[in-house]
Amino acid sequence: MSRELEIVLNSIWPVLKAGLAVTIPLSLISFAIALVIAVITALVKLSNFKILKFIFSTYVWIFRGTPLLVQLFLVFYGLPKAGVTLDPWTAAIITFSLNTGAYASESIRASILSIPKGQWEAAESLGMTYWQVLRRVIAPQTVRISLPPVTNDFIDLVKGTSLAASITIAEMFMIGQQIVAFTYEPLAIYSLVAVIYLLFVSILTVIQGRLEKVASKYI
Amino acid sequence: MDIIVKFKEMNKSFQNHHVLKNINVEFNKGETTVILGPSGSGKSTLLRCINLLEIPQTGTLEIDSLKVDFTQKLSQKDKLLIRQNTAMVFQSFNLFPHMTVLENVIEGPITVLKKDKSKMIQIGEQLLEKVGLLHKKDSYPSQLSGGQQQRVAIARALAMEPKFLLFDEPTSALDPELEGEVLKVLKALSEEQKSMILVTHNLNFARVAADRILFLENGEILFDGRTDEFFNNTENERIISFIQSMQFI
Repeated sequence: MSRELEIVLNSIWPVLKAGLAVTIPLSLISFAIALVIAVITALVKLSNFKILKFIFSTYVWIFRGTPLLVQLFLVFYGLPKAGVTLDPWTAAIITFSLNTGAYASESIRASILSIPKGQWEAAESLGMTYWQVLRRVIAPQTVRISLPPVTNDFIDLVKGTSLAASITIAEMFMIGQQIVAFTYEPLAIYSLVAVIYLLFVSILTVIQGRLEKVASKYI
Repeated sequence: MDIIVKFKEMNKSFQNHHVLKNINVEFNKGETTVILGPSGSGKSTLLRCINLLEIPQTGTLEIDSLKVDFTQKLSQKDKLLIRQNTAMVFQSFNLFPHMTVLENVIEGPITVLKKDKSKMIQIGEQLLEKVGLLHKKDSYPSQLSGGQQQRVAIARALAMEPKFLLFDEPTSALDPELEGEVLKVLKALSEEQKSMILVTHNLNFARVAADRILFLENGEILFDGRTDEFFNNTENERIISFIQSMQFI
């Protein structure tokens, strides 16, 4: 067996373990929070509350307009200067959820806007309140329409967690770097890391397909 | 006859466009009123002002014992109360695509009126039977033809047991064959003395089903009277030319 192959085989479990123990939970937790932020942001931006709209639009503007890596550094290395010291996981979750939340809010807002005005009118003419229209008529249709773009945002997040290596979190990419440091096999090891990311994203894509099928049964 | 919908000195503008000008009109219980007029005359807007999908700038609206003054800010509560007196059928059907036919019909009564679900399923099925679509109750709107979708929309409106049924060009999106099946249902409702207000371009339907005609032009009511008086009109040039332009023989 060639030396490279042996190194790769021996590295699969450590890298995969980092994926299962860090990348996946970090992604899932951040995404769950991001979704809540995204829904609230989308609804506020579609509402008539001028001051709130301004605040949430500014948030989206900043988090879409600056690099994720810079945001991570600001939160983890910068905030302690302002008296806020966060452990790496907290800093990562805050940054990832705010960043993904900004992107996903626009995906969700676009999905809501794509629902024909007649749906609102039909529901309102039945006497439904704003929240009833949203819950009974708009939300179920939004879920279907926003599945592809929101999954996109989720996939971006999964890959983006590799940046957490820069704030000392031992996720997949950092484990890969450490293995490269003592084996000096960058091509083989980084390929392995890439393949495992691809595997995770492929699983997500399959799940997306299933969900779309369920959500589209009425089409 | 008790009056239940009444506009007084009502005005509606969109930006600088004055769509409805000082409208004074009453709609009576048990009557079928057809609103006619050329495109852009304000007839759909007038209809949509009744259930407050459009909000006039001035004037008052009375429905039964409720009264709103449009110069005051309209409370959400008044809006919902007014809307519960009416139900609307739209040109583009606007069924809820993610609900089955039966779910569409019972959605309003269950969510808005808090009716008992199992009882509403029974009533919903009866209404679907009435519009000839009971066999489609578990289908989704996307699986129906336009005419069938519109008949479901009519059943959905009836399920609310509204005091007034509003129809906004209910057959304009349908080809003549499908239009016929919807008109038949409308005719039957009219014969049951349901209180109906329709905006339509179909003069033949107006002639046979309407008790009363409103003719609008440029946001003003040019005619408000009995159907036979409208069609036998020999004085008003504008109405004569309108009727003639709709008939090509």
